[in-house]
Amino acid sequence: MVTLLNTVEDKFAREICRDHGDKSDELLEILHAVQHEKGHLSDGALRTIAQALNISRAEIHGVVSFYHDYKREAGAQFTLHICRAEACQAVGADELITEAETLFDVKLDGGGEDVALAAAYCLGNCALGPAVLVNEKLYGRVDKAKIKAIAAQHMAQNS
Amino acid sequence: MSVKIYIPRDSAALSVGAFEVAEGIKAKGGDDVQIIATGSRGMLWLEPLVEVETPEGRVAYGPVQPEDVKSLFDADFLKGGDHKLRQGLTEEIPYFAKQDRLTFARVGVIDRLSLEDYEAHGGLKGLKAALSMTPEKIVEEVLESGLRGRGGAGFPTGIKWKTALAQTSEQKYICANADEGDSGTFADRMLMEGDPFSLIEGMIIGGRAIGAQTGYVYIRSEYPHAIRVMRRAVKAMEDAGWLGQNIGGSDAHFDLHIRVGAGAYICGEESSMLESLEGKRGQVKVKPPIPAISGLFNKPTIVNNVLTLATVPFILSEGAKTYADYGQGRSRGTQPFQLAGDVAQGGLIEMAFGVTIEEIVNEFGGGTRSGRPVKAVQIGGPLGGYLTPEQFSTSLGYESLSEAGGMIGHGGIVVYNDTTSMMKMARYAMEFCELESCGKCTPCRIGSVRGKETLDKIAAGDDVAANLDVLDDLCDLMEEASLCAMGGLTPMPVRTAMKAFPEEFTGPLEKAAE
Repeated sequence: MVTLLNTVEDKFAREICRDHGDKSDELLEILHAVQHEKGHLSDGALRTIAQALNISRAEIHGVVSFYHDYKREAGAQFTLHICRAEACQAVGADELITEAETLFDVKLDGGGEDVALAAAYCLGNCALGPAVLVNEKLYGRVDKAKIKAIAAQHMAQNS
Repeated sequence: MSVKIYIPRDSAALSVGAFEVAEGIKAKGGDDVQIIATGSRGMLWLEPLVEVETPEGRVAYGPVQPEDVKSLFDADFLKGGDHKLRQGLTEEIPYFAKQDRLTFARVGVIDRLSLEDYEAHGGLKGLKAALSMTPEKIVEEVLESGLRGRGGAGFPTGIKWKTALAQTSEQKYICANADEGDSGTFADRMLMEGDPFSLIEGMIIGGRAIGAQTGYVYIRSEYPHAIRVMRRAVKAMEDAGWLGQNIGGSDAHFDLHIRVGAGAYICGEESSMLESLEGKRGQVKVKPPIPAISGLFNKPTIVNNVLTLATVPFILSEGAKTYADYGQGRSRGTQPFQLAGDVAQGGLIEMAFGVTIEEIVNEFGGGTRSGRPVKAVQIGGPLGGYLTPEQFSTSLGYESLSEAGGMIGHGGIVVYNDTTSMMKMARYAMEFCELESCGKCTPCRIGSVRGKETLDKIAAGDDVAANLDVLDDLCDLMEEASLCAMGGLTPMPVRTAMKAFPEEFTGPLEKAAE
């Protein structure tokens, strides 16, 4: 028998879809939930979601590639999201980014194994910039010393 | 009896240690203290701001760090004792006292998730009034208040609602746009974290006004804390019977859902947001039809900003006229301004329209934090114009700012000092557009890339005069031929920067810096 679709189901993704009533308008929520648990969106998960929601894989690819949040590959252990929008630029976000790149020896938006740095465009902490978001925790008035301490703290939590 | 201590659990306050401070006070104070989690008062340079209830009123201490806790107890701060961080009675701090707090009346004051506290401070009054009014009467009230969209476009809210009400459809929707992506703005976040029930109340009223029984709040994923608070607030309203079937014992039904964005700035544009709510790419749609006629799932839909909706309960409870008495010209009511960037006293300043830039930046803001002179301010987010100190007498209103070549947008004001390169900021505007364009229309998708390249050529001194012409032409094209404000307004920061600082657009950066 010829199988046109890889039918190996991603059980977790299937479960999440079911939680959302297999409704295609909840696609973003489903993708968030899967990524939150697995760290990224695998081929298997996307295939399962497409089947569950009865939409094409092309449509899902369109959505996943449109939004900055979704990751197709496993990334670093944790990511420091550094705001580089105007208000943080006005208080030295660019300098902080350069310092962080040297400190962690990674490039902004360039991946990394342990620590990755990602540009964020406004974290809503504009009066207390530069702002950094890590694992859903927000930091304000971040400088070189503080970002080092933040990374050390999260690294300790992860290990 | 234990002393009530109010500590914000607003993410900005938490970002500078409010949680650790609260834990420290709890550990040391034990049964003597009762800690109440509020929103932020908006005096962000004083965060974490700890308030102690005394017979005279709440006494503020800030900015408190965990290591200050011991000395606060030593100074008997539970009785309002003197300490180097003591700021006096919170409501007498000039920054706060001078404001017109209508939309933000309860933020920082009440326990953000206590419905009891909410009601004790005037909450649900507007909804209760609305439940005994006809939809037409609610719409009329909102129309009369002069309330306009606080998201940026400034469209009269009442007219939008009237259009949706006139549609005959079994199914209608009301959506709160909480995709607050503009840099320098954080009022939606503060409101959702500090007084979430007011947004929900506004949405229920809006739903009743247009005949919608389902609502969505679309919150950006960069606001994890606001998402958590809103989810808890929805649950609390459901449990109390203010959401769901027969709300407040009436015949009205309303269900509210929280949806989370995925890091696309463009989803703050309403048609893009609606696509995203349907689980699709957040691509901008051509108007007409306008959402009020055909929006979410092709049904009549109202999309309003968080601040717009959260202001509605005040209008219904205090009357349209009370609200309309604030403001100037066609800009009625108040605007929660957000002051950020290189500024000594950044925060949230809710004032009636008509306040000048000078008052906000220099009187409230106290100049720059770095102590350097102000070079320019950008008002209205990444698509807003740059204004120089010579224009600071301009009053803040929809029309007055537009006459000055800017726009009020969502009310964000970012201060830049004299070390800022305006060439760099202009280039950033194009770069941001390139990054966040949904890609649907050519002027935005390709124009932004070409704009960035052309600015690079100018910066390098490459045929400057000709490239300035090209840039000018390109800006014209983007302004006139883009589908939405993303492409259409990106030229605004570029052009205002060039107009105010032409000398920075004449060749290599090093030369301009000399």
